[in-house]
Amino acid sequence: MTEKIKINLNRVSMPKQEPEVRAHNFNEVAQGYTLEMAMEEAIRCIQCKKRPCVPGCPVDIDIPGFIQAIKDGDMPEAVRIMKDKNALPGICGRVCPQETQCEEVCTLAKKGAPIAIGRLERFVADWERKAPDSAVSRGGGRGGFSLPTGRINSPLPFNKSAGKKGSPEGSPRRVAVVGSGPAGLTAAAELAKMGHQVTLFEALHVPGGVLVYGIPEFRLPKEIVREEVEYVKSLGVDLRLNSVIGKIETVDELLAEGYDAVFLGTGAGLPMFLNCPGENLNGIYSANEFLTRTNLMKSYLFPEYDTPIKRSKRVAVIGGGNVAMDSARCALRLGAEEVYIVYRRSRKELPARLEEVENAEEEGIVFKFLTNPKRFIGNDQGWVTGMECYEMELGEPDESGRRRPIIKTGSEFIIDVDMVIVALGTTPNPLIPSTTDGLETTRRGTVVADEETGKTVKDRVWAGGDVVTGAATVISAMGAAKRAAADIDAYLRGL
Amino acid sequence: MYRILHREDLTPNTHLLRIDAPAVARKAQAGQFVIVMIDEVGERIPLTIADWDRAEGSITVVFMEVGKTTQKLATLHAGDSLHAFIGPLGKPTEIENVGTVACVAGGFAIAVIMPIARALREAGNRIISIMGFRNKDLVFWEDELMAVSDELIVTTDDGSYGRKGLVTEPLRELLETNKDVKRVIAIGPTVMMKFASRTTEPFGVKTIVSLNPIMVDGTGMCGCCRVEVGGKTRFTCVDGPDFDGHLVDWDLLITRQSIYLDEEKRTLDIWSKQQVGVTGCSII
Repeated sequence: MTEKIKINLNRVSMPKQEPEVRAHNFNEVAQGYTLEMAMEEAIRCIQCKKRPCVPGCPVDIDIPGFIQAIKDGDMPEAVRIMKDKNALPGICGRVCPQETQCEEVCTLAKKGAPIAIGRLERFVADWERKAPDSAVSRGGGRGGFSLPTGRINSPLPFNKSAGKKGSPEGSPRRVAVVGSGPAGLTAAAELAKMGHQVTLFEALHVPGGVLVYGIPEFRLPKEIVREEVEYVKSLGVDLRLNSVIGKIETVDELLAEGYDAVFLGTGAGLPMFLNCPGENLNGIYSANEFLTRTNLMKSYLFPEYDTPIKRSKRVAVIGGGNVAMDSARCALRLGAEEVYIVYRRSRKELPARLEEVENAEEEGIVFKFLTNPKRFIGNDQGWVTGMECYEMELGEPDESGRRRPIIKTGSEFIIDVDMVIVALGTTPNPLIPSTTDGLETTRRGTVVADEETGKTVKDRVWAGGDVVTGAATVISAMGAAKRAAADIDAYLRGL
Repeated sequence: MYRILHREDLTPNTHLLRIDAPAVARKAQAGQFVIVMIDEVGERIPLTIADWDRAEGSITVVFMEVGKTTQKLATLHAGDSLHAFIGPLGKPTEIENVGTVACVAGGFAIAVIMPIARALREAGNRIISIMGFRNKDLVFWEDELMAVSDELIVTTDDGSYGRKGLVTEPLRELLETNKDVKRVIAIGPTVMMKFASRTTEPFGVKTIVSLNPIMVDGTGMCGCCRVEVGGKTRFTCVDGPDFDGHLVDWDLLITRQSIYLDEEKRTLDIWSKQQVGVTGCSII
């Protein structure tokens, strides 16, 4: 053990698979803290009075509280504190951008490295999952839990308003939650904990939304998602897979059939394309398709799994967000020799998390900044062979505050590629707005909802997450879902 | 799980499954499709809805064995279950009274055009059906299609049954002689739909086709099924599957349908070898 100074200004680093190894497998990159590492990191927390990390968290986790519990070696207590506010800690500990949220405002950040809150959150979730008698995460049902955390599993301790007017104990109110991604899972868990009867509808054959079709195994193992979904189900949520709301039943029919309220957490699932020539050539994927095949359908295990995917040598991914990083790193793991990230702005403007950019670079992904495609070139069999690009330069800031990329005239050049993945972002699927009377949408296709309460202009319908904001983060969707659940609860109690 | 209630072999490699799916049956309309997954490791494949029974709560699909997934599907029997069954997806076929409609179907698509012909006839249209097969052994549902048609023409490529030749020939003659035909519905293999559309184009008769590109989710999420119609990129799963055949970029569709030919062959080979073991036959 190194000699202890009063506060260590450096965080305990988390073990990762070596880049040259992980570039060839889909196993999780980051390995997580050991108990010793977690304790050592937790000790750095000074338990400051201001607790800026708590408002820094979109779901208000009592961060100093659970860190103190780790310090005390009371892991069940750490789990209890965590799950009080967050039903999906194993997921959030892995994919939240803590560096721009809780960790950014950490008091220690003024002097040195902020507490590694995300890593500790992940540690707590993983500890619970591995704990031998943890019934919570295994969906063991109510009462089958012997740790002091047992009450996590019961909705009652959280039912702060129990006994008030409209108490769900008498006649439970029914809520339909549409979409089982981060927003839907959170809304369902919260509402179930409040004592309501929740049905969670999912269009795909697996629950989790973007957590299963979008985020790759090496960043978020699907087993973690499965277990956290089991936890949500153990709260009493009735999950219905393969149910496309808008097709199998409309929102209006749900309301007419006896649901007292509907929460829309349908995300932003419609991929955007560039609309430039040659975009429908073979070998050009939307990131959604590429990731859905790879992650949801497990085509990286083809032919053991039946869904195929092309394994190409020279891959260009267009875009600079987390989805672009995920796509590039999947392509690499599928055997690509060269993978480019083609981004029209510069490194500074990359919307992806810094950690993911670093991971991608370590693995050998090549970034082509200030580059934008003009058209795609194909061979006579209809397969993409190249991409003609412009060089760009940055002009004055645009409405997003970032400097606007401008084409340099006469700068066209060709990149040879045999696969292109378009990761330009997504918009909400129009299915529900187009089949629901009186739901207001914006020009971008997002559903209009009150920022604080998630209430839409339609009676008894709330919405939250990407369907309202456009593609954003897992945790912001969860935060919106929590606020909406609180408002739905208030409404249901007034009935 | 979605239980198979009934299975029927329409030809040696064309099969009918009636599946227990009450929620889908309640909403199904002519022209829509379902996504089917046989088991946890299976693909999601689109199958057009051939019929439904709202009282029984069942959906009928008809499919032809082509690749591994459809061959595997053909090994299932009544009592077996499917891992996933999602629908009804896509837009229903537009049903309106236009006068006389020619319903042209090739091969196993006879099953798919049935509910459309029925709905069009119920809407007051006169239905002239043309059904084409490769040979006599593959002919099925002649009586069934006749029952929802006012006239029926059967063709086989080799002339072993009905009229010899492709469906496009009687279709052309029909449009030349019968000016009352105001719409053509053509469903079948992509090449057949392409040439049916070419045939009707000079007559200016609106021709609706039901496209069958590769799909994954079937709900508008992945864009795998994108096609170009009238110069615009459209998603077959949510904007279709019905489109104006005169506006479809057929060559692009055919090219995109070939994306996974190598992989499909590979997985079919592995499957076929495994089946030899299963049935106890020896490799030659």
